[in-house]
Amino acid sequence: MASAMLSFASAAASASASLPVHENLKGKTKIGSVNFGSSVQERNPFGKTKHFGRVSMTVAVNVSRFEGITMAPPDPILGVSEAFKADTDEKKLNLGVGAYRTEELQPYVLKVVKKAENLMLERGENKEYLPIEGLAAFNKATAELLFGAENPVIKQQRVATVQGLSGTGSLRLAAALIERYFPGAKVLISSPTWGNHKNIFNDARVQWSEYRYYDPKTVGLDFDGMIADIKAAPEGSFILLHGCAHNPTGIDPTPEQWEKIADVIQEKNHIPFFDVAYQGFASGSLDADAASVRLLSARGMELLVAQSYSKNLGLYAERIGAINVVCSSADAATRVKSQLKRLARPMYSNPPVHGAKIVANIVGDPALFNEWKAEMEMMAGRIKNVRQKLYDSLSAKDKSGKDWSFILKQIGMFSFTGLSKTQSDNMTNKWHVYMTKDGRISLAGLNLAKCEYLADAIVDSYHNVS
Amino acid sequence: MADSVFHHVVRAPEDPILGVTVAYNKDPSPVKLNLGVGAYRTEEGKPLVLSVVRQAEQSLVNDASRVKEYLPIVGLAEFNKLSAKLILGADCPAIQENRVTTVQCLSGTGSLRVGGEFLARHYHERTIYIPKPTWGNHPKVFTLAGLSVKDYRYYDPATRGLDFQGLLEDLGSAPSGAVVLLHACAHNPTGVDPTVEQWEQIRQLIRSKKLLPFFDSAYQGFASGSLDADAQPVRMFVADGGECLLAQSYAKNMGLYGERVGALSIVCKTSDVAGRVESQLKLVIRPMYSNPPIHGASIVATILRDKDMYNEWTIELKAMADRIISMRHQLFEALKARGTPGDWSHIIKQIGMFTFTGLNSEQVAYMTREYHIYMTSDGRISMAGLSSRTVPHLADAIHAAVTRAS
Repeated sequence: MASAMLSFASAAASASASLPVHENLKGKTKIGSVNFGSSVQERNPFGKTKHFGRVSMTVAVNVSRFEGITMAPPDPILGVSEAFKADTDEKKLNLGVGAYRTEELQPYVLKVVKKAENLMLERGENKEYLPIEGLAAFNKATAELLFGAENPVIKQQRVATVQGLSGTGSLRLAAALIERYFPGAKVLISSPTWGNHKNIFNDARVQWSEYRYYDPKTVGLDFDGMIADIKAAPEGSFILLHGCAHNPTGIDPTPEQWEKIADVIQEKNHIPFFDVAYQGFASGSLDADAASVRLLSARGMELLVAQSYSKNLGLYAERIGAINVVCSSADAATRVKSQLKRLARPMYSNPPVHGAKIVANIVGDPALFNEWKAEMEMMAGRIKNVRQKLYDSLSAKDKSGKDWSFILKQIGMFSFTGLSKTQSDNMTNKWHVYMTKDGRISLAGLNLAKCEYLADAIVDSYHNVS
Repeated sequence: MADSVFHHVVRAPEDPILGVTVAYNKDPSPVKLNLGVGAYRTEEGKPLVLSVVRQAEQSLVNDASRVKEYLPIVGLAEFNKLSAKLILGADCPAIQENRVTTVQCLSGTGSLRVGGEFLARHYHERTIYIPKPTWGNHPKVFTLAGLSVKDYRYYDPATRGLDFQGLLEDLGSAPSGAVVLLHACAHNPTGVDPTVEQWEQIRQLIRSKKLLPFFDSAYQGFASGSLDADAQPVRMFVADGGECLLAQSYAKNMGLYGERVGALSIVCKTSDVAGRVESQLKLVIRPMYSNPPIHGASIVATILRDKDMYNEWTIELKAMADRIISMRHQLFEALKARGTPGDWSHIIKQIGMFTFTGLNSEQVAYMTREYHIYMTSDGRISMAGLSSRTVPHLADAIHAAVTRAS
């Protein structure tokens, strides 16, 4: 698709693709100014040019200042859905983006969300700017949900909470804080991790490196590698941890392993940095899914936690989340919060109100809160059922004796199948199953009816494609 | 417990503009007046949600087929198309030739930030010229985006009007290709806009120096009451076939402040370039917040696509603009009646939500202390925060501040 769009001018630009983009552009404008007499530009600065016998010169006078810009590749995750939409085969299956689907493979708006929105409209609430840090009621509710309302960090007011644009936006604010206040500090991210993590740290100009996580041999956690790499990192590094339902693998440490992770983090004075995108969505229980965060905060450590309500409240497009910074004192929390605000203001001034009000209304009303918990259990339950059926289908269809039980051990929306890139391509090209190239499938996009078809595709790709 | 890793993080001061409301909220005085943030207030001093916005929201909530799936990185497609048409005109050749890429962003601020980041990565001239003075957040947005910020003369305190000669000189001596920030209408904080003739001269200068215009359009329709009139300067530039960036906000003109709805448009020479530019904008957005919020954009699209709702909107918009213009006249008359020394005609000459009173920070501090008037220390007042009932109190405060012995 990109090549079809290349014009003559940009074909010339890509020939010198080794130069940084802005150097390319400088080259282009130089062509224009060297080959033209300045009189041409003075006479007619923005009109069409006379023909000078060379096409490139004609293009150059009227050339865009952005001529040297190349077509960016599509986002590897979000681009999957785009490719899926373009596929006309009726057997197609979208296991790309992590968005929950019903058993009928339809998007799902939680009933409790609809109730909250109706309430908000009935009340006739206004649309004034939120404070830079977001809706106070939301910030209070989200921190209490995460840590537990009786948690000392909450009681002692040691948590700086700022509403952010879902998980991404909250991670980005934290990254900006790290860049400004911990210059030279590194963030360690798991190998593999959500594809956008590295982009966030790159754009925020924060160095990152990887710690071992996924072990392809066991399709499980490379725990020793993880501990060794965290230990080897420079003291005071930020360790990015998935609170639950690791994305993309679905492999979480056990509680005992979390204790050991906490040990090595404390030993090296590292700072835990949690990405919590699935609280309640992984196991069905809000408290169980927050256990890792609470375990580390109970050790007295200062830590960062980015939260998202995209999946657990189905509020994907409303962009609602928060960044929480647990500090050793209320004074530090106040100061940190003020600096987070200073980073948010030049990014978007203040965050969007709609999603925040939905969350605050639901969490703040006992009846709605209970309804939410029930719907969340239902969503998590459906995914567990689908895991079971997929495992059963794979075990039945795969005569090689391969152990597919990792599918049952993994948790959350995603499963790391262990398929390679070429095998994943086969899934798409031959079977019209859309997934990310790292072998990740979203079980939220699967239903019981399609498990056998998917099992056939996986067995074929695993055994017949190298 | 070990010392905090954040021990070196100092407390940041409150944002100067938003901090005004923070201070106002703390004040227990019954006569306090908030003329800080530019948010519209009714004659009763209340925030306003446009009735056409409520209608749109109701229809969205009633629509059982609506879902909350992630928008594309560039936002709601229909919103983007309608926004471009709103500012550029429905029959704009640049749109018809597919030379405009429009991406939904987080109101004006988000559009400026994404545009700035894009320029810092892909444009060869990394300096942006901003008017002096300008909205307090502009320099921070562009600096964090990676551009270096310089200013050009704009406001003339002697005339409380435009320093047109200074503007032409400063833009004239800018390096070729530099980016120039232009307030599309209702300059914030001064309310001083160039005339149509002055805009034409600015345009010619900018094009001849190959400067790159970056419009900030936060008040289309809100300034004069007419959407088309307020879009004139932008359309003049686009009509000459040249390129520009354009940040649009629906915070004021649709009263959607907290929903954070806006759009960044980049008008390019060719549709091919526009396509490539769009793809690169996505790389800026994805690591910042992945994709934009759906609610506000859906409200805007619902209104803009429906002829009746669109007309209702223009009527409500004009009513807001008219009320502000009326406040200007009332304040001017009140100062005249008090015989307040000085020429206050700038109050009725300036346009939009704000008036640059010309009061200095000492006088402002006095007005806050003695009269509980909350405004930014640069002397800017939001006319939208005034009502017929409160004009006398403000006039008294200004009079006292100006006549008191220093």
